Amino acid sequence: MKFAYYPGCSMDSTSVAYDESVNAVCEELGITLTEIEDWNCCGATETTALNQVAAHALVARNLALVPAEADQVVAPCSACFLNLKKTNKLLAEEAGLKGKVDEALAAGDLSLEPGRLTIRHLVDVIHDDIGQEKLVEKCGKPLAGLRIAPYTGCQLVRPYNEDDDGEQPKKLGTVLGWLGATIVDFPLRAACCGGHMNMISEAQSNELIRRLLHNATQWEADVIACLCPMCQLNLDAYQGRVNSAFGTSFKIPVLFFTQLIGYAFGLDNAKLGINREIVPAAAVLAEKVTGEWPKKAKRKKRDPKALPMPGQA
Amino acid sequence: MAEKVGVYVCHCGSNIAGKIDVKAVVEAAGGLDNVEVSRDYQFMCSTLGQELIQTDIKEKGLTRVVVAACSPHLHEKTFRKAVSDGGLNPYLMQMTNIREHVSWVTGAGDAATDKAKAMVSGAVRRVVHQEPLEARSVPVNPATLVVGGGIAGIQTALEIADGGNHVYLVEREASIGGHMAQFDKTFPTLDCSACILTPKMSDVDSHPNITLWTWAELEELSGYVGNFVAKIRKKARKLVEADCTGCGECIEKCPKKVVDDEFEAGLGYRKAIYKPFPQAVPKYPVMDLENCTYFERGKCRVCEKFCPTDCIKFDQEDELVDIEVGNVVLATGWQMFDCQKTSQYGYGRLANVFTALEFERMCNSSGPTSGKIVMRDGVTEPRSIAIVHCVGSRDKRFNPYCSGICCMAAMKFGHLAIEKSGAEVFSFYIDLRANMKGYEEFYDRLLNEGMHFVRGKVAEVTDAGRNEGEEGKLIVQAEDTLLGTQRRVPVDMVVLMGALEPRFDSKELGLKVGLSCDANGWYTERHPKLDPVATMTDGVFVAGACQGPKDIPASVAQGAAAAARVQGVINQGTVKIEPIVATIDEDHCCGCRICNTLCPYSAIDYIADGDVSRIQPALCKGCGTCVAACPSGSISGAGFSNLQVEAEIEGLLADITWDFDKAAPAAVEG
Repeated sequence: MKFAYYPGCSMDSTSVAYDESVNAVCEELGITLTEIEDWNCCGATETTALNQVAAHALVARNLALVPAEADQVVAPCSACFLNLKKTNKLLAEEAGLKGKVDEALAAGDLSLEPGRLTIRHLVDVIHDDIGQEKLVEKCGKPLAGLRIAPYTGCQLVRPYNEDDDGEQPKKLGTVLGWLGATIVDFPLRAACCGGHMNMISEAQSNELIRRLLHNATQWEADVIACLCPMCQLNLDAYQGRVNSAFGTSFKIPVLFFTQLIGYAFGLDNAKLGINREIVPAAAVLAEKVTGEWPKKAKRKKRDPKALPMPGQA
Repeated sequence: MAEKVGVYVCHCGSNIAGKIDVKAVVEAAGGLDNVEVSRDYQFMCSTLGQELIQTDIKEKGLTRVVVAACSPHLHEKTFRKAVSDGGLNPYLMQMTNIREHVSWVTGAGDAATDKAKAMVSGAVRRVVHQEPLEARSVPVNPATLVVGGGIAGIQTALEIADGGNHVYLVEREASIGGHMAQFDKTFPTLDCSACILTPKMSDVDSHPNITLWTWAELEELSGYVGNFVAKIRKKARKLVEADCTGCGECIEKCPKKVVDDEFEAGLGYRKAIYKPFPQAVPKYPVMDLENCTYFERGKCRVCEKFCPTDCIKFDQEDELVDIEVGNVVLATGWQMFDCQKTSQYGYGRLANVFTALEFERMCNSSGPTSGKIVMRDGVTEPRSIAIVHCVGSRDKRFNPYCSGICCMAAMKFGHLAIEKSGAEVFSFYIDLRANMKGYEEFYDRLLNEGMHFVRGKVAEVTDAGRNEGEEGKLIVQAEDTLLGTQRRVPVDMVVLMGALEPRFDSKELGLKVGLSCDANGWYTERHPKLDPVATMTDGVFVAGACQGPKDIPASVAQGAAAAARVQGVINQGTVKIEPIVATIDEDHCCGCRICNTLCPYSAIDYIADGDVSRIQPALCKGCGTCVAACPSGSISGAGFSNLQVEAEIEGLLADITWDFDKAAPAAVEG
């Protein structure tokens, strides 16, 4: 399985662990990621607010650099994914914008055929293209015993929710569930982590992070699984700040989903970047993960007084 | 002898005259060959406008008439009748549509006027070649088929039957009654739903003029107004109705309990052999083959053992019955929006989020909770309830339309909840729509009863509490647009007012009977204001919510109106059949039979004796498919002969000068 790969800036700075675990897991699964040569920043959330044409041209350059033999681009970061997807979509739909962006690309001897590329997130590739059977086959150390809060965050499913439910996305939890973990409900799974708000308003940022940590704790999650460098950074790095601001005592490790997949595959912690996180995860994983497949849960007896839940029949 | 053509251009108030220079069109028409007189008038369809045409026919000896006005859908019949009353054959009148096809859609004034002139010129050249046609009369079968046994269908059936004519009432479910049978109270009068419905249901059951088939569906409809043949599938109930006393012993003894997704809206249980509710009409149970233990595992047949009259028959098959009817009324109703699609409201994930239909059943004293309002655990009474309006309605992602009845139903729920449980009730609305008789007064009443109305579309319902007092509650987050602030209201229970949607198979059924659906899937009436009951297919009528969201009074009114229209057709005794049909010149027909299979109305038969095809004029709808397909050109459509159509095209293009040098390169590129 071959894809063009757009790593994004975070992968060699704040989320080296993500980079390491993505490479390790993709190697195991036979996913070949060919990095786009000379890629540049996607513009994150700031550039579109300043100048639309420049912002889209910045992204379009990356798309134009995708070699002709690839038609799918994988991005591991939700913000990158959204920016690539948005530009790719708008250039196919809006001729006016396309004209201006083409002009900018032409200055660098580049061109882009609209609608040629499909932008994918890695979790989508693993869920849709790899599938349960292959994951289970590779799984040497099932995650039974580990309660995971699947934190998809907002940018992967909003505003474009054709790949997953926009309010309660399922794919992240499904993938980790295949590996034997207990996936907790975690209703805030698509809520915002605050993004770059941590640099703008500490109070706002703290509250947004607090409610996520609080909700994961309410559901008695052992770890939070992320698929976006920004989410992981906010929840992991600012847990201490939240604790001092609110007098709370959150201590919940925040890992990338690829680290958890790699762990279930039985790969070394070092290879997966485990220990690079601020709230330590290794001890929790070692303590909780049984390495066995979970026993089939007994069917709960129906309370004769209770009303049936929808979809129960 | 040269024909004398009269051209009449309508202003349609400013609808046409606002864009088109009507005087210029009249003047241009006056100069066309054969045109004896050309006039314009404010409203050609008015009595005075029609008289204008009739006077000219008499005084100027017109032999042909062209009316340039609106769509023939609207007024072709009007003008045909006017011309006929004036002494001409009605098919010597040609309408050309300069409203929908020109003034409403064409941009600049000059272009619109030019286009109208061209269309008039086309119509004038065509009308000269038109031939007088005679409509045929056929007798009307006085029996009527009503599809759907909800309140609209019941009303239609009873009115027609009371009028002395026979009705076949066909209902898909095991009992008639429809959604109304599920309700406890009806707004705004709070009548007990069952108390006003069940007498009508038993009237249907005992009426000598009504043949009631429940657990049955319309499979196929053929024929035409006055003379339809309907194929009905009577699904196997797995019991002999004639022998069944309706004692209910089989239901009692059946060991298999399943969640009842239909009548109980998923909130209660029923057996695998069941009646939807105790007062079901007819009284016979049906067997649910998907859940019956015998059909699952080949063992059980307990019902058979205990049936005191031995009426259970496991080997009973579906039965197909053909019935002949003169008219058909569709009253197939609505279904509720799947509230799981709005995942922000948590239905299916959060136990104490209910749909409006679940709540209806909960309020109903014969429902799964015996009328007690309780949370999903079946025991705890909620202290606070939030009602979320417009779930799947007025939402471009799902249904753009307003479902019409939910505001009032929400107020009814508010009243019932306050009365039964004393809970605090919040209604989250976008706009409150209470615009029929007694509705606004009901809203006033609820304000006095203490129901809270919050103007704001709910963003989400979540169990993720983050403030004090939110733990263990469902938090409803909405922007209160009157206060201009975000609100988080913690409640125990949430009720989602799901949208009314067309039945999942309404399009399919529409195709069977020749009805089209609008963009949202509701059946299209003949005219939205002036003919909301008839449809584009003669002899097929619509009643109730299958035509658009409706409450009970409106459904009953439309049901009665449909019945009156059917009675009208029956009383006429005969119906006129459009003479615009195709005919085969049997001298030229080579018997290839290509047309036989193409005809969408199965109107063409192959006559082996003579090796030719022949069209049954009564079945032909004049669509022209066979005319176009005939390889020997031996089929012609009355009113659409090659001569007529070519003349019209020539007229349309008469003023066009074509620059071939300029046009050629574009054609190559294109």
